[in-house]
Parts: sequence; structure tokens; C-alpha cells
Amino acid sequence: MSQTAELKEREDKLQGMGTSLLRKEDAKFIRGQGSYIDDIKLPGMLFGAVVRSPYAHARIKGIDKAKALACPGVVAVLTADDLKPVNLHWMPTLGGDVQAVLADKKVCFQYQEVAMVLASDRYAAYDGAALVEVDYEELPAIVDPKKSMAPDAPIIREDIQDKKEVGHGPRTHPNHIFTWEAGDKAAADAAFKTAEITVREEMLNPRVHPCPLETCGCVASFDKPTGYLTVYMTSQAPHLVRTVLAMLSGIAESKIRVIGGDIGGGFGNKVPVYPGYVVAIVASIVTGVPIKWIESRIDNISTTGFARDYHGVGELAADKDGRIKGLRFSALADHGAFNSHVSATKFPAGLFSICTGSYAIPNAYARVDAVYTNKAPGGVAYRCSLRVTEAIYLIERMMDVLALKLGLDKAEIRRRNFVRSDQFPYTTSLGWTLDSGAYHPALEKVLKAVGYEGLRKEQAAKRADPKSPTLMGIGISTFTEIVGAGPTKVCDILGVGLFDSCEIRIHPTGGVIARLGTMSQGQGHATTYAQIIATELGLPAADIVVEEGDTDKSPYGAGTWGSRSTPVSGAATAMAARKIKDKAKKIAAHLLEVSEGDLEWEIDRFKVKGNPSQAKTMKEICMVAHTGNLPAGMEQGLNAVTYYDPPNLTFPFGAYLCVVDVDKFTGEVKVRRFYALDDCGTRINPMVIEGQIHGGLTEAFAVAMGQQIPFDENGNHLGNSLMDYFLPTAVETPKWETDHTVTLCPHHPLGAKGVAESPHVGGIPCFSNAVIDAFAHLGVTHMDMPHSAWRVWQQCNTLGVNKR
Amino acid sequence: MATAKKVSFKLNGKPVEVTVEPRELLIHSLRERLAHTGPHIGCETSHCGACTVDLNEMSVKACTVLTVQCEGAEITTIEGLEQGGALHALQQAFHEEHGLQCGYCTPGMITRAYRLLKENPNPSEQDIRSGISGNLCRCTGYQNIVKAVQSAAKKLAAAG
Ligand code: FES
Ligand code: FES
Repeated sequence: MSQTAELKEREDKLQGMGTSLLRKEDAKFIRGQGSYIDDIKLPGMLFGAVVRSPYAHARIKGIDKAKALACPGVVAVLTADDLKPVNLHWMPTLGGDVQAVLADKKVCFQYQEVAMVLASDRYAAYDGAALVEVDYEELPAIVDPKKSMAPDAPIIREDIQDKKEVGHGPRTHPNHIFTWEAGDKAAADAAFKTAEITVREEMLNPRVHPCPLETCGCVASFDKPTGYLTVYMTSQAPHLVRTVLAMLSGIAESKIRVIGGDIGGGFGNKVPVYPGYVVAIVASIVTGVPIKWIESRIDNISTTGFARDYHGVGELAADKDGRIKGLRFSALADHGAFNSHVSATKFPAGLFSICTGSYAIPNAYARVDAVYTNKAPGGVAYRCSLRVTEAIYLIERMMDVLALKLGLDKAEIRRRNFVRSDQFPYTTSLGWTLDSGAYHPALEKVLKAVGYEGLRKEQAAKRADPKSPTLMGIGISTFTEIVGAGPTKVCDILGVGLFDSCEIRIHPTGGVIARLGTMSQGQGHATTYAQIIATELGLPAADIVVEEGDTDKSPYGAGTWGSRSTPVSGAATAMAARKIKDKAKKIAAHLLEVSEGDLEWEIDRFKVKGNPSQAKTMKEICMVAHTGNLPAGMEQGLNAVTYYDPPNLTFPFGAYLCVVDVDKFTGEVKVRRFYALDDCGTRINPMVIEGQIHGGLTEAFAVAMGQQIPFDENGNHLGNSLMDYFLPTAVETPKWETDHTVTLCPHHPLGAKGVAESPHVGGIPCFSNAVIDAFAHLGVTHMDMPHSAWRVWQQCNTLGVNKR
Repeated sequence: MATAKKVSFKLNGKPVEVTVEPRELLIHSLRERLAHTGPHIGCETSHCGACTVDLNEMSVKACTVLTVQCEGAEITTIEGLEQGGALHALQQAFHEEHGLQCGYCTPGMITRAYRLLKENPNPSEQDIRSGISGNLCRCTGYQNIVKAVQSAAKKLAAAG
């Protein structure tokens, strides 16, 4: 065998970074042997069903449990009064507020948790729940956030009526939560005063829900004799949850074990701590038996973890060539009845200030006003970092609005404003330092791949032809994402910094166990982390076992959300592996009787420079590390743990292009083509990345084309089952074309950035831009999502384009 | 409450018997009484297909079938597709084409595709897309699922 062939064979054996290694986690799932929350059954377990409010706003005058308690199989009924003695009827939220675990004297949103019925099985529990009699006195509800701060608006949160602030600065109205600002308002205002061109548009990111296929749930098991609490839970962040549970319950954190198990998708829905979990835990402490609580789909869509509901206003100021001089973005954020928004302590409006996007904008000001309404709390980031979709939607739509006003091409307006490749690292006027990027080449690659000029010509011909049954739209989105929180100096949740961790243990024969603080919900961590270690340590990925999600086993970490896993834990993994490699090198030098400086690394071994026959493979070193034949003073073993605090977030980016054909007569939008180029730096497993892009684009399609949680004026939910809430099937879902460029992250040990959320963040404005572009020649500057056939038909009808 | 009733059927080729209330759904009997947790629950309203099983050679949503309707039936679940230690071509193809991520839809999806390929051994992409449209997946965007079904169809055809 030639030397290169031999090297390649050794390399291939590792299945390390850059290879599309098939996923290790598939084996159990394709056999139906996953272990999801509802698969867990413990001896003596009771089932909890939640009694929920039919009203959006009402006083509770009384609760009668008698009929429920008489129901066969029912063991207990818990209300707020039962949680009071343990002081768990209210709980702190991730947004700095408090939330009722079970409604305390009043309900503030429809389907709010009022009681939990515990019974021998789920049928009996729901029978019992139907028999709990609650006496309500209905109150007027606020549904429109624009009316929340009216002087005569009903007060939603009497419990904090007199509080001057709830976590984030002064409040100006009992229904006001906070006002958050970023940037230099005076400079931005000045830019607008002197600008040649200004544009302004109002645009809504409607209330939506991540709706993973598995709903939320838990099995809580308190062991009275030892005082040890075990909670199996659908959680994207088991360690943070354990900390919250310790704070809430007073149980020592060392006596709480949170186990993530297999999770049937999260997309942000499984980050927070929900009342159902807390009641189940209290119920287990009180009854001494395990309690299972599983949401129904309707409970899931109505009460846990909605996203968005940002009512935005975008303004850009530019010169007549389209160079942007100023940006003013604001949003009225509808947080529902409790501020349970998932946010880092210092960022009540999340990372909204990424709203300058991929563009060099010298003056910018952003502001978010958050208010209470009589809707469910939650405020999670649906497949994005906190509030990033909201921000990127605004900027990517406003770029089109500005292009339209100037009569400029939508690709050209972007070219003129991109941060240039030679400007990185680039600090935006709202304070983020974009780590690396190559925006121009990415866009040009996409335009060339789709034949952009030809598409615009075809569009012009269609526009000129009154007989064309369709309107053609071309959407572009050239987004920059912000993912991978920490750094700890910037980001914490409830005081815990957002670092992450990896512990690696190597056994004598070269088998590896790696344990991490993250939690896969389908992202393929067991495979990709193993590939990182394989490349770093020269041991085959096949022999590397990755474990996460069990707080008793893995080191502390903040979990998997906001595309943190590769930027933070992937880095932790590489750093832990490098600690081991350093020690291995010392052992190799000792065995080969040379100094460390005489050694070089080659795929899976250290060899002596200039004398390649003298080498020690990693496998050999693993065994030696467990013997007495070690350098003087060295301990046995090859173990390491790293807690990684990233120096900055990572800023993946992409250029997407979408072509749609809108049926003038039915309003149906057909996606003809969707081309997605992503740049996430180093690509660890291309197959997994591509799968993440497909999934994220499909969720973007869902949001842009059909998802919205509607309410009537009394706060009644008008669509909380899968009958009404749009989840695309294989029939509607477009075909995705993917592409990539590679711009390394300069501060990440592997050069990698996060990726799984880019397609969601970048995809939504791309669809909207395409649909609106179809109407652009008719004077339409904006249409709010979702672009369902009915809504698009209304636009066609208003414009009269559907007249034959 | 109505009295419980004995129901016998064949589950993955083996005779089983359960005693259930008339209102009990098949998905709950399979998961809670018969320890077959492969089929999942995603909605309980017949929309998501996570609970799909094969009942008398038809794909059904086990959340919308009463167990008492299954007297004498032959039911196949994901657990019954592996034969003699060998994965079904669909199981293998889902793995090879990266047709799953969180895996929650996978048992229902594969069980549905199993029946689809029996009904139409040589489906077009459009046939596959509409054939699995009763099964929702939130993770994959379906593209690799379609590929997996195509590749399994080819392998099954080649194997005769
Ligand atoms: S659980 Fe049966 S279709 Fe969703
Ligand atoms: S793989 Fe997660 S729902 Fe299909």
C-alpha cells in the first residue's frame, strides 16, 4: 500500500470530523425502542390531569373537589391552597417575574392551570378533572397588546400591581413589564433627519408555537426515606432545571436528579419549567408515589412555550444610492399573563439587537416594550436564539422595502450594504462583534446557481402579461444569526453563566465515554461529538459513547437551545480531548525516549520527527496510561473535564433565495424553488447539517405560510389542535436545495459555528419576501404572515388581479 | 362506567388478550397493557400519525381505534418489522438516508411506509409524499424520508 493510501485508510477508520457518519442514535429509534417520557412507567405511579380555565380572565370564587374525589380511581385533587403550605403555589420565571403554578384566586389566560387530579390511570384522571367544579366570575380580558397600557385597561396582574419593576427596570403601567433599549437614539434620530430617503413599515411576527411532535411531560418520583427526587422530564436543559428545582423546593441540589431521556423534538418548547412539572413534583412529595404528567396536544399549543408575538415597526434611513445611514426598530412584545420569556438576565428582549443583520449600519437604535395580556405565557425561542427571528425578519423585510422605494434590485441593495469580508471582526452599532463572514461571495454563489437574471426576466415577462394566471415572486434573505450563548460575562440565566462542559474518560483498550451538559432532541449529538473526539484523539468514533441529559452523570451545562451545542459544547469537547492529548504526548515521549518537542501527531499516533518508524499509537498509549510505565510523578488514567466559556457568540450566516408562483384566483402560493446556502464554519457531519437545514427550512415554511395562534376578543383560543394549527405534511413541503461556503469561526477551537437555527431564522423572511415580491409591481410594500391561501387571495381580490 | 370486555387479537404474529373498557383506545392498550411503546402519541386527534399501526393490512391511527374493535384482528407495529434479527429494508433505509432525527415520528412513519410499499411497490416521489401525508414529522422536512422510502422500494424490488 502506498503511504498516502495507508494514511487515508487510517483516517477513514476514525470517521472523524468532515465525514457523513451515519447516526449512532438511530438503532433504537428505527426499532421503536426509544425511551421517551410517556414510555416511562414506575411502580405505583399515578397519572395527573390538569383542570384548566375556560376563561381568559376571571376570579375564582370557589373550587369544589367532592365529585371528583368520589370518582373511581381518583386519589387526590390539588389546588393552589394545597401547594401553599410548601410555598409552591407560585414560582419564579426565567423572565424575572413570578407565575402561578396553580391559579391563586384568579385566572389570567384561557387554559390556565387551576387544579391537578391524581388518579390510577389517565382515563380516571381525566374523568376526575371533568368533575372538579370551579366557580368563576368572568372579568374583561385584554387580547390586543396595543390596548394593554390604556389608562382604563383592566389590571391583569393584581399580585404585582404596586411593584415598580419586575426584573427589568421601571414600569409605567400595571400591565407594563419592561422597556428595553439599545444603541444611540440621538445619533439614529439625527441620521433620519438628514437622510435623503426614509422608509417605515409595521410588521407582525404573529404568536406561534414550536409544536414538537412529542408534547411536554414528566415523571416525578420522590423517595421519602432518602429525600431523593428523581424527575424524568422533557427538558432541553436538565442542569438548569435541576438548579431551578433546588431553588424552588429547598431540596439539596445533590439530591435532585433530572433525566432528559429521549426527547421527541424541542425547538424551544422544552426549555422552561412549566406548572405541570412543578405540580407533579409536589404531588410526588406529598403522596410518596411517582406521578406522571403528560400534556395533551391542545394543552401544549395553548399553554406551554409559545413564541414571537412581536408587533414591530421598522424604519431605515438611506442616501439615494441605497446606502443605509440609520436604523430604528421597535417592537411591542405581547408576553401574555406572566413574563416567563426565556431570556438571559441582562437581555429581557433577548438578542433582538442583532437587528442590524449583515449590514454596515452606522447609526442604530432598537427598543422593545413588553406588556401583559390575557394570553398564555411562555415566550420561547422557536428554533432560534432568543428573539433573533423577530430581529432578522424586520431587517430582511426592510431591506426589500428600501429597495422598492429606491427602485433598486433586491440583491443590489444588499450588496451595497453588506459588511465587507475585510471588515471582520466587525462591531455593529448595537454592540455585537460579528466574528467572521464572507457575505458578498455567498450571495453571488446563490444568484449564479439559480440564474437570477433569467428569473427576473421571466418575472418581468409575467408581469407584462395580463393573461398570466400566476404572479411570480423572488425572495432573497441574506441573514446573520447570533448563536452559542455565553460568554458568561454577558449571558446568565438565574445567575448561572452560560458555559458548557464535557468530561472524557478513556479506558485501557481505547474505548471512550464522553459526558456533556447538553441535551439532544434529534440533533445527532451522540454522533457529532464522537466525531470531534475521533479526530482530536485518533480513536475510532465507533468506540466513543456519548452520554448527556442525566444530571447525575454529566458535568454541569446550560443545555441545548439557541444553537449552543456545537459553539459551546463542541468547543468543550475539543478542549477536553486536547488535555488528554497533551498527557498522551508526554507518555509517548517517555516510551520513545525522546523529548515532547521531537514528536509530531499523525492521525492516530505520535511519531518521532525524521524517524517515522518510531511511533506510538493512541491505542497503545491508552493501555500504557493504565500501567506503572509512566513518566516520573504522572498519575494513571486518561481523563479530562473542561468547562468552556466562549469568548464570544458565533455568527453563522447564509444567503437564501426562493421563487414562488401565486395563483391569482385561489391565492395559493407554490414554492417553485428554494435554494439555501449556509455558512457555519467547519462542518463536522455534513449529513447531519443538511438534515438540520431541511428541518429548519420546513419549520420556516410552516411559520411563513400558515402558523398563527388566533384568539377572539374574549381571549378564547381559536385554533389549538392539529386540525387548525398548521404543520406541513410531505405534500406541501417544498424540496430544498442546499449549498454552503466555509468561513471559519476565529475564536472556536474547531472553527465551527451553530447551524440548526439558521434555516428557520433566514427562511421565514425569505418566504415573505418572495410572496410580497410577487405583488411588488402593484405597489404592495408589505403583507403580514402567515401567507395562507385565504390571506393571499384577499390581497389578490383587493388589487383586482383575480378578475378574468 | 361500562363493564370491561375481553378482546383477543394477534400482535406481531403472537396471540394476545386484554381486558378493557369499551372506551379504551388501541394506542393505550398497546402502550400501557402490552408494553409496545414503539407507536407514539402526538395528538390523539388522528392528525399526526405517530400512533400508526398496521391493522388487518391497513394503516390505521391507533389513537382513533377502540381496542374492542380489534377482536380477531392482526396487528403489526414497528416492533414486528424486524424479522429473524434482520431489519426491514425500510428501517435500514431510514438509517442510511438520515430519514429521522428525534425519532418520535419514525415508528409510525416506517409502519405507514411498510403498508404503502405493499400497496404500491414502485411509487413515484409524488405517490410517496401523498402516501405518507397522514404522518407528520417536525424534524426532517421529509426530503430524506422520501429518499429512504425510494431506496427501500428499490431494495425490496431487487430482492423480489
Ligand atoms: S396520536 Fe394518533 S394521529 Fe396523532
Ligand atoms: S424525526 Fe422528529 S418528528 Fe420526525
